[in-house]
Amino acid sequence: MSSTLSYFRQENLPHIWCPGCGHGTVTGSLIRAIQRLDLDKNKVCIVSGIGCSSRAVGYLDFDTLHTAHGRALAFATGIKLARPELKVIVMTGDGDCTAIGGNHFIHAARRNIDITTIVMNNNIYGMTSGQYSPMTPKGMYGTTAPYGNLERSFDLCELAKAAGATYVARATSYHVPLLIDLIEAALQNKGFSMVEAIVQCPTYFGRKNKVGGPVEMLNWIKDGVVNVKAAASLPPEKVAGKKLIGELHNAPASEYTADYDELIAKVQRTYEGFQGGLYGCASNSD
Amino acid sequence: MTRNAKLMQGNEACTIGALAAGLEFYAGYPITPSTEIAELCAEELPKVGGKFIQMEDEIGSIAACIGASLAGKKAMTATSGPGFSLMQECLGYASLTEVPLVIIDVQRMGPSTGMPTSPAQADLMQARWGTHGDHPVIVLAPGNVKECFELTFKAFDIAETYRVPVIVLTDEIIGHMREKVILPDPAGLKPLRRAAPASPAGYKPYAADPDGGVPLMAPFGEGYRWHVTGLFHDESGRPSGKSEVADKLMRRLARKVEKAAPLIEEHFEESLEDAEIVVVSFGSSAMSSLSAVRRARREGVKAGMLRLKTMWPFPDELVARAASRARRVIVPEMNLGQLALEVERAGCGGAPVTRLGKVNGELFRPEEVYASIMEAVK
Ligand SMILES: Cc1ncc(C[n+]2csc(CCOP(=O)(O)OP(=O)(O)O)c2C)c(N)n1
Ligand code: SF4
Repeated sequence: MSSTLSYFRQENLPHIWCPGCGHGTVTGSLIRAIQRLDLDKNKVCIVSGIGCSSRAVGYLDFDTLHTAHGRALAFATGIKLARPELKVIVMTGDGDCTAIGGNHFIHAARRNIDITTIVMNNNIYGMTSGQYSPMTPKGMYGTTAPYGNLERSFDLCELAKAAGATYVARATSYHVPLLIDLIEAALQNKGFSMVEAIVQCPTYFGRKNKVGGPVEMLNWIKDGVVNVKAAASLPPEKVAGKKLIGELHNAPASEYTADYDELIAKVQRTYEGFQGGLYGCASNSD
Repeated sequence: MTRNAKLMQGNEACTIGALAAGLEFYAGYPITPSTEIAELCAEELPKVGGKFIQMEDEIGSIAACIGASLAGKKAMTATSGPGFSLMQECLGYASLTEVPLVIIDVQRMGPSTGMPTSPAQADLMQARWGTHGDHPVIVLAPGNVKECFELTFKAFDIAETYRVPVIVLTDEIIGHMREKVILPDPAGLKPLRRAAPASPAGYKPYAADPDGGVPLMAPFGEGYRWHVTGLFHDESGRPSGKSEVADKLMRRLARKVEKAAPLIEEHFEESLEDAEIVVVSFGSSAMSSLSAVRRARREGVKAGMLRLKTMWPFPDELVARAASRARRVIVPEMNLGQLALEVERAGCGGAPVTRLGKVNGELFRPEEVYASIMEAVK
């Protein structure tokens, strides 16, 4: 097994993140999961959108694609469909994935295309300095929610499940061993997988909401979640208002690019002896 | 050889041209009057082992095409005005990251939903300036069904050679019109493919001659492990905020297309040698214009026709030369003067330019252009 550092483009370090930011913890967790599975570096492609979180890919030694805000999954869909043999991973922020990219997210899940999506949810737009996102809890503050956020937030795991994702899990930057395990399992699911990683943005979310620095934020995150297995035996009042962490949905189903390859084989059998798409178009006539 | 004679629509001819050029991937979202292209790709691509996907919108469509192109495939999407607007951000992305790609815009009446089934030519400037930021653009405009085949084929060659997105700008008339087309023998077609590096050792994905060089492009998944970003980047592909890096990249990209311009320029001309009335047009408007010019000629008027096929980079010198002896230049187009503005800018030896714009969703009748010619000689 190669060293963890060997998965990084060390010449691109140091990274841009603030001290105490949770994005590095998630990036490290992804690398450790890849390392455990001993995936071939040359066959892994990591795609991201725009945001502090999406900058992660620039530091990783794979084919990496830092795309446009919200569009990572659409770019990734093109790569995966073009070359199904690649392991395609998307790293995205809560704003990137659930606001501007929400449409691509539900449709990628619906197709059950084999892409592992890691959503780095800091409940805020970090890169643009602290505006509220669709994942900002109601009542919390952002620079564009100076009187408290009126909007309700998504339960992203429920959304992913309802949209058709076949593997859904949640962990946090506090629960690192769990996060690594879940990413590892997600990478092994042949289909659309989503791992929500709740992380701290001390610079904006922490400050704006007076939660404190990185340590206080990690404790705050820890206190806001409960493990799905433990929750089963806890009284309802201990679970109320908390987010579940752990594996939340695992329901394998046929995968889109594999289905497409089957379709090609079937079509090619039907059109055996077909000389190529140029002059045989059914809709043409002499 | 009549075997390859077909009666087909412009949209079909574009698709067949793309397939002849080696199309391997299509992502799109249905929109009139371009939809036949998607339908035909859905049917034909699996037969040749290619992939078709109907995305959730046009933003996703162009994004998926860029992804597929980076994975080494020849990719295309097709759309019309509203969808083309949605593609603009990622069009700029493809331009900056130098990803080969073909986009067909079958123009319809706008703005907004406009008249979805009526022709227009009002995306000429959107094609040039639709995305934000300075960027070079290559736009080809077929003037008949056969050219839909030829120019789509050529669009792929250009995209692959220069690592640029190329736009094929047609319109509802050209897209839906049926003509007899004799397709070239496939054995004689030699579609080009992007130049690839020999090995991953020392690969610098954006290393190229600053004077408009084209960097070598490695497909994803082959051990090159390179980084693509829409941030300004240095030769290694690493994001950079340095002003000299940005300046060098911007100028190389612009110069790349500037140098390509004379090599890719194409047009049709007739009776320009002694023309006093020069009609400059493109796409379906040029069809009506040509018949008006011929009629005027038959009646002894020194009229000439210039039909542009390369819209961008704009062929300034060609237009200036064609109009050098003109007393009047007439520009029929289905918009309110987008091409005319460029023609004026190119300079017409002092000749005044008539902006013959038509924006009622109908195509030009030859009599309308003829009347404008006769008005000019009065
Ligand atoms: C089309 C577009 N709109 C807006 C922006 C500005 N923008 C950049 S990052 C960002 C939000 C990122 O938030 P998130 O995805 O939560 O990531 P974080 O920075 O918090 O990690 C926004 C709005 C942009 N780059 N592109
Ligand atoms: S602003 Fe927030 S999300 Fe961005 S790097 Fe700083 S701590 Fe992390």
